[in-house]
Amino acid sequence: MSYLEYNVKRSPAGLAKVLYINWPLVLLIIAAASVGFLMLYSVAGGNLGRWAEPQMKRFVVGLVAMFAIAFVPLWFWRSMAGLAYAVSVLLLLGVEFFGTVGMGARRWLEIGPIRLQPSEMAKITVILAMAAYYDAVDTKRSSHPLFVFLALVLVLVPTLLVLRQPDLGTALLILGSGVLVMFFAGVSLWYFGVAAAAGGGLVALVMMSRGTPWQVLKDYQYRRIDAFLDPTIDPLGASYHINQAMIALGSGGWSGRGFMQGTQSRLNFLPEKHTDFIFTTLAEEFGFIGGVSLLVLYLCILVACVVSALQSQNRFAQLLILGVAANFFLYFAVNMAMVMGLAPVVGVPLPLVSYGGSAMLMILIGFGLVQSACVHRPRTRA
Amino acid sequence: MKRPKHETAESARLIGRRAAILGGAQLIVAGALVLRMRHMQVAEADQFRLLAEENRINIRLLPPARGLIQDRNGVLLAGNEQNYRVVLVREDAGDPRAALDRLARLIPLSEPEIERAVREIMRHRPFVPVTIADRLSWEEVTRVAANAPALPGITPEVGLSRHYPFGAEFAHAVGYVGPVSEADLAARENPEPLLLIPRFQIGKVGVEREMEENLRGAAGHRRVEVNAVGREMRELARQEGTPGRNVQLTLDRRLQAFSLARLEGESAAAVVMEIATGDVLALASAPSFDPNLFVRGISVADFNALRENEYRPMSNKTVQGAYPPGSTFKMVTALAAFEAGLVTAEERVFCPGHMDVAGRRFHCWKRGGHGRVSLVAALSESCDVYFYELAQRCGIDRINAMSERLGLGMRYDMPLSAMSAGLNPSREWKRQRRGEDWMIGDTINASIGQGFVLSTPLQLAVMTARLATNRAVQPRLLKAIDGIEQPVPEQAPLNLPAPVLALIHRGMVECSNHARGTAYSSRIVEAGMRMAGKTGTSQVFSITAAERASGVRRQDQLPWNRRNHGLFVCYAPENAPRYAVSVVVEHGGGGSSAAAPIARDITLAALNDGWPPIEAYPQPQRNRIESMLRTIREQIGPPDGPGTAMSRA
Repeated sequence: MSYLEYNVKRSPAGLAKVLYINWPLVLLIIAAASVGFLMLYSVAGGNLGRWAEPQMKRFVVGLVAMFAIAFVPLWFWRSMAGLAYAVSVLLLLGVEFFGTVGMGARRWLEIGPIRLQPSEMAKITVILAMAAYYDAVDTKRSSHPLFVFLALVLVLVPTLLVLRQPDLGTALLILGSGVLVMFFAGVSLWYFGVAAAAGGGLVALVMMSRGTPWQVLKDYQYRRIDAFLDPTIDPLGASYHINQAMIALGSGGWSGRGFMQGTQSRLNFLPEKHTDFIFTTLAEEFGFIGGVSLLVLYLCILVACVVSALQSQNRFAQLLILGVAANFFLYFAVNMAMVMGLAPVVGVPLPLVSYGGSAMLMILIGFGLVQSACVHRPRTRA
Repeated sequence: MKRPKHETAESARLIGRRAAILGGAQLIVAGALVLRMRHMQVAEADQFRLLAEENRINIRLLPPARGLIQDRNGVLLAGNEQNYRVVLVREDAGDPRAALDRLARLIPLSEPEIERAVREIMRHRPFVPVTIADRLSWEEVTRVAANAPALPGITPEVGLSRHYPFGAEFAHAVGYVGPVSEADLAARENPEPLLLIPRFQIGKVGVEREMEENLRGAAGHRRVEVNAVGREMRELARQEGTPGRNVQLTLDRRLQAFSLARLEGESAAAVVMEIATGDVLALASAPSFDPNLFVRGISVADFNALRENEYRPMSNKTVQGAYPPGSTFKMVTALAAFEAGLVTAEERVFCPGHMDVAGRRFHCWKRGGHGRVSLVAALSESCDVYFYELAQRCGIDRINAMSERLGLGMRYDMPLSAMSAGLNPSREWKRQRRGEDWMIGDTINASIGQGFVLSTPLQLAVMTARLATNRAVQPRLLKAIDGIEQPVPEQAPLNLPAPVLALIHRGMVECSNHARGTAYSSRIVEAGMRMAGKTGTSQVFSITAAERASGVRRQDQLPWNRRNHGLFVCYAPENAPRYAVSVVVEHGGGGSSAAAPIARDITLAALNDGWPPIEAYPQPQRNRIESMLRTIREQIGPPDGPGTAMSRA
């Protein structure tokens, strides 16, 4: 939607925009985040100040950012897409050369007092750039090899940079979200078929490179894959996380052990209990019912997004909303599959629930873009 | 880019279609997640819950309170004392070095102690409490507690530790406890888990060791919830252990204290037995040591001092020391010969001061000889030649059999460590152990308790009790376990010929009461307390012919460890025997000079409720005795001592 196309008369302006915010979506987001606060309070052993309170503050900041973004006309975000993408790639390159090493990976960039995690930022900017790209490209030519190649370059540059940090989880999310925007944009299904085959080949290649001088992944990443394939290999080593997570989840039973009663998480058996593995605590304390409830809550968020996307008749808005929604889906699906032992342990947090500022902020910025698209949708009624 | 309207609509349709495809895929994924959750949380929940339980519940043992040890009147001999200590938890204390330096300003901590503690702290995980200082005084603990805010991670704690209120008095009989050693564990086939608790203490010596199974008790346990690194989070259940059984001994604290104090300065042993029951009232071995040192962990210097001491303080000489009984053995020889009818009461033997047997000259202790002596005089004046004559007639086999009947050469069933059986030599023994035939000279030596014969002071006391009663008195040390009285061992009749025994009694009475008796200077003048005794002097080195020719040197001119052992056995009162007493003074010089006075004092103490009455002593000795008793009284302290306070338990 270009400036020329933007129909000022038929879109809400000024404070009236508040009325056009997708409020059900906002409420669902707050609900999901509240589940997070509750769980952070629980895993800290009833300590509010340890994780829950900082998380609430960040959520409020993120919510403010979401509304601010929602009030800015969507055409502005479309014109900013290229710039945002360029900045995030530059920052990723910055991490490559000047980044701070933490936990064996180079992920942060320190500029004065600010600690940036450009890989988180890239998740959104790639979606934004891809939506803008396909809005610009002729609909009929979206399956043209040249344009598919250009799209792939757009996705793969940040993906590979993040993979080099190394941050497998984020790289997978960036790749997945980018590819799904291509899918929504109507790229021929053949490409996806070929890509799936190539991906299979790549996995084989990655696994075969192990132990050779040109090994692609770090040793710990291979061990995690081994642990995923057979969690009994090394119950106190690489498989420890996943085994303990599965014990926590399984011991929750139908209705769980009750709030603050989860022994696995309270007793520190769970690693990363407040971040990537927080779902296991939820499942331990609230059981199957609790786990499914959160899943349903997430699906409702997805439905709210998809409904907004379908209501919009604007290609950029639709691709953007679906891209953010797909990204959100990948987030929770990969995280849940991981803690349930269905996927290897890759560092993907549970969106809106896991402790962590950057991810929280980026998810809310993404939803801010979705809201902007909702607010600035041309209406039949003024 | 400006698009025609139909193109926009077509794009929206395509996106809608693709979104629907993806939505379907997402629903499938979500469904898979739900199914997986259902499988884990509903179908296999029990299994996972079991795993979670195993993960978090840990059983910790609670050491039980050790059983008390009391004397026959209930006086506490070994109890458990509250022990204040200070522990440090590294993760709360921060830098342990700095924390200990702060602590050192409140309680005495030397530089090497601090360094050892820091090493110990760094060896453990940060949340493990490490004991920094042990056995603090109440003042020190309160000082630490009062400064708690300035000492994060440092907490005073209270635990139980073994305490022996009378210190050295019962060090040998009661023994002591110490931490379980590698050797202790290796000696047990399947060590109880309790023994694996760090710093857990078990009996090492004496009653503490021999009664260990009774005293230890059963461990309690706590079920605690732990986290992945083993840190205790909370206690789920607690079952206190069963305290060990209380053991009551037959020992009498006052008599034991008096006996040990009386032996002060000598390397000696004294045993007092109640004849009617066989109860051992005193088992004193001097010098002694403070068993509390061992509980606390004795320093190398202290331990070496004990080990290298010529007087062997750590040895319980009453049952571990085997000495040639010397003349105290003469009653055995006499009984063996008289019972066989090889000699009569009227028969006198001429003692010229020596006797030649098989080309070898055996001397009497009295060079000029005793002249013609009968059994009574031979006993009271301790004539050796008389018994050489008897031994030649009856032979070693009868002597050996008689000494066995009188309780020599055997181990008794008593909870004491490393009891010696002594030695009752026989032909067979000599052939087996020495590969030589028994010689007549061996019999001559044995007849006066020299040569191969070895007896412990306890055995000599048993022998005396048996002589006094003509019954097989058995010594008893264990009076009661947890208040249940232990049976008094049956005293089978010995069936020794009564007329002979009467002569032996007379000989012993005269020994202590006749002006020519060897123990006349240690007589008792109180009629109802008179004792019947026998002195013994046993050579440690045989006197060479050259030495004898140049004149036997006086004992006090010899180096200490070449002097003769002094022995004395007695029972009292002589007309109605109640107590049997034996005293051995290592290298004391002679029985009448070194052992008999001690035995008299101890016997009088036993007869007079723990303290010798001054009226029982001959008038000329009273001043000397009185000052000696004063010294002893000061040494013992209050009559009942600190141990009566049962609140210590």
